[in-house]
Amino acid sequence: MNQLQKLRDPKLLRSLADTVKSLKPSKQITLMEVCGTHTMAIHNAGLPGLLPPGLKLISGPGCPVCVTPSSYLDTAIAISKEHNVVLTTFGDMMRVPGRSGSLTDLRNEGHAVEVVYSSLGAAELALRQPEKEIVFLAVGFETTAPTVAATVKCAREKGMANFTILTAHKLVVPALKALINDPELRIDGFILPGHVSVVLGSEPYRFIAEEHHRACVITGFESADIMQGILMLVEQIEKRDHRVEIQYERAVQPNGNPKARAYIDEVFAPEDTVWRGFGIIPQSGLALREEFATFDAFKRFPVTIQESPEPDGCRCGEVLRGLVEPSECSLFGSECVPESPVGPCMVSTEGSCAAFYKSSRRPTELRG
Amino acid sequence: MCLGIPMRVTKLLPPDKALVESGKVSMEVSLLLVDNVAVGDYVLVHAGFALEVMDVDAAEETLSLLNQLANVEE
Amino acid sequence: MSDAHKKEAEKITLAHGSGGRMMQRLIKEVFLEYFDSTELANLDDAAELIIDKSRLAFSTDTFVVKPIFFPGGDIGSLAVSGTVNDVLMKGGRPLYLSLGLVIEEGFPMQDLTQILESIRETAKRAEIDVVTGDTKVVGRGEVDGIFINTTGVGVILPGVDVGGRNAKVGDAIIVSGDIGAHGIAVMAERNGLKLEGDIRSDAAPLNRAVLPLLERFGEAVHVMRDPTRGGVATALNEIAVSSAVGIVLEEAVIPVSEPVTAVCDILGLDPLYLPCEGRFLVFVDPAVADDVLSFLHDLEECSKASKIGEVKGSSSGEVQLNTVTGGKRLLDMPAGEMLPRIC
Repeated sequence: MNQLQKLRDPKLLRSLADTVKSLKPSKQITLMEVCGTHTMAIHNAGLPGLLPPGLKLISGPGCPVCVTPSSYLDTAIAISKEHNVVLTTFGDMMRVPGRSGSLTDLRNEGHAVEVVYSSLGAAELALRQPEKEIVFLAVGFETTAPTVAATVKCAREKGMANFTILTAHKLVVPALKALINDPELRIDGFILPGHVSVVLGSEPYRFIAEEHHRACVITGFESADIMQGILMLVEQIEKRDHRVEIQYERAVQPNGNPKARAYIDEVFAPEDTVWRGFGIIPQSGLALREEFATFDAFKRFPVTIQESPEPDGCRCGEVLRGLVEPSECSLFGSECVPESPVGPCMVSTEGSCAAFYKSSRRPTELRG
Repeated sequence: MCLGIPMRVTKLLPPDKALVESGKVSMEVSLLLVDNVAVGDYVLVHAGFALEVMDVDAAEETLSLLNQLANVEE
Repeated sequence: MSDAHKKEAEKITLAHGSGGRMMQRLIKEVFLEYFDSTELANLDDAAELIIDKSRLAFSTDTFVVKPIFFPGGDIGSLAVSGTVNDVLMKGGRPLYLSLGLVIEEGFPMQDLTQILESIRETAKRAEIDVVTGDTKVVGRGEVDGIFINTTGVGVILPGVDVGGRNAKVGDAIIVSGDIGAHGIAVMAERNGLKLEGDIRSDAAPLNRAVLPLLERFGEAVHVMRDPTRGGVATALNEIAVSSAVGIVLEEAVIPVSEPVTAVCDILGLDPLYLPCEGRFLVFVDPAVADDVLSFLHDLEECSKASKIGEVKGSSSGEVQLNTVTGGKRLLDMPAGEMLPRIC
């Protein structure tokens, strides 16, 4: 989009940054960006350093890699070792540490692990190599779930017999409900996930504004979008006018994408599921419906795995809930660093700890 | 939790795919999740799928509003 | 080594080869233990040798790139330009190359001759001769198609002294053209993503730009580096550490072509970490920075050359990026191989 280039115009961005910098909130305002992609965009732009005093940004649990429990990875790895399958995955999962290593470690040991850009790529691999069993690691929120649902439906139409998925899809709204009911949490407003909202629309978030009186703005991912989102949130908060607004109008319709939601509903059903750091959140995950059982890797490749306690000292759970800063974890920066992460918040490039690591080691001229 | 970029539809590939382009790079995407896509439309692309047809007018409005916001401080 | 590093010490992994921190540690904490050479310990792209009063630049590189053929080049052209450029980065006029081939049984003769043709053409452009070689054939599965090693030697231009330790506070940092094209071309062929369009590797020998540049500006040139594995960010981190200086970059003036931006947007990659095989970074005395830029702009292959940053006395060993938005972030070494992502 030529418009994309205009949105990235340096003069525009500098001016917007000046506008943000000169905000004078009447009281301390804390905003949470829910989505990991937002965390990454915010840190890549160096936005935290541009916020005025009185305005704080904290990161939430919207990083699918960060909230996937170790048991999921351990299951995938066990399936690979016991059943000689080809694991296919988005790149995001490759370095996440499970109980006995990551998918990268698994590949280094000689097991078949392929990075794909799309679930369709995994299905195409299965078509090209009918003698092999292909397992796709289906991770992601409501943005990704419909794409996987569509792929599974296609696989069924083609009568594919060597393609299964291991689901770990999660739903944002139940997590937001869990967050907002946490009495320790002090958030005044949410930067809501732009692309999840392309699918969901704005309706599902209304309870945040109407019942819990927090500001909400569904925001895009360009720096300009995020800055506009922040300005809109501060305005809502200052005016005590709590609503769900859509900043990302060029992509998000209030009604979302019903066709995408229909795909999710047809192929998946909600289930209670574990979020790393939160424990079980009711009806917050997606499982394959019975009619698609032949595509369920959990069923086709049963394995036993051992329960994995959280590593000693790892405070990812509290970080994910916005309760502590990454630097408050004693492992941060010493045992837990990007090239050998202990917890998922450091693994994922969009995890709060990884993002914080890049900025907290700022040279002195950057601090403050 | 999602990378998505706007790309312009350059060719429809029935039954359910299209060729899309951005910055002189083309790729195939699935149209299964959207309806009524025409050549020239911009779609939001995520993990090999078009997730939505983008609203070009809304994009213009956003740009306009942003430029106004930016000028406020000058 | 810290606990975290001890964990990684048991086995060599792909991350050790990807040009980031782990590779650095492997070289510094393991390899260097075995060798006494101070020249080796400099860890420059090429070694400077003095033989009978001649200053020579000597470099070796092994090429295992996948896919073997990619838009804009192949393992053969890369094997020549890679080593030629390393010699150039040490201020040497490349003269001679050795060629070592390890070929997998079953490798098509047609592919081999295509690669040889590529080597011949690139050697011609680089104005060097391939003077000695070696060939090994191994069983199926023992290498992936073909691996190539080249070693190059050249004569260092008089008055020129460039090396990773020579960056001076105040130096202007110039990049010879837009970045990331090679990384994108190679990644576009992988990952089951069929991309078409203006995606070509930038792989090329740099002699036609670097030699005239050195002849003209010689002593004002302090460091040269081609940002291959790990990209510009990694190369600059290495220099910042070697020279014990800080580096500040301006994001707004880092040249990135539209196709590279588009692919990075799609796959969630950062162009600053993508390898370039036909670009170089040069640190020059600030007094000549403008002249160097004009000089480069007159060369066809360097029309997009840009001054992207400068060397500071503070924050030793760190590279800071001033973002387009006006913020700042640390440009760290990559944790491992670059992976496409959806989040």
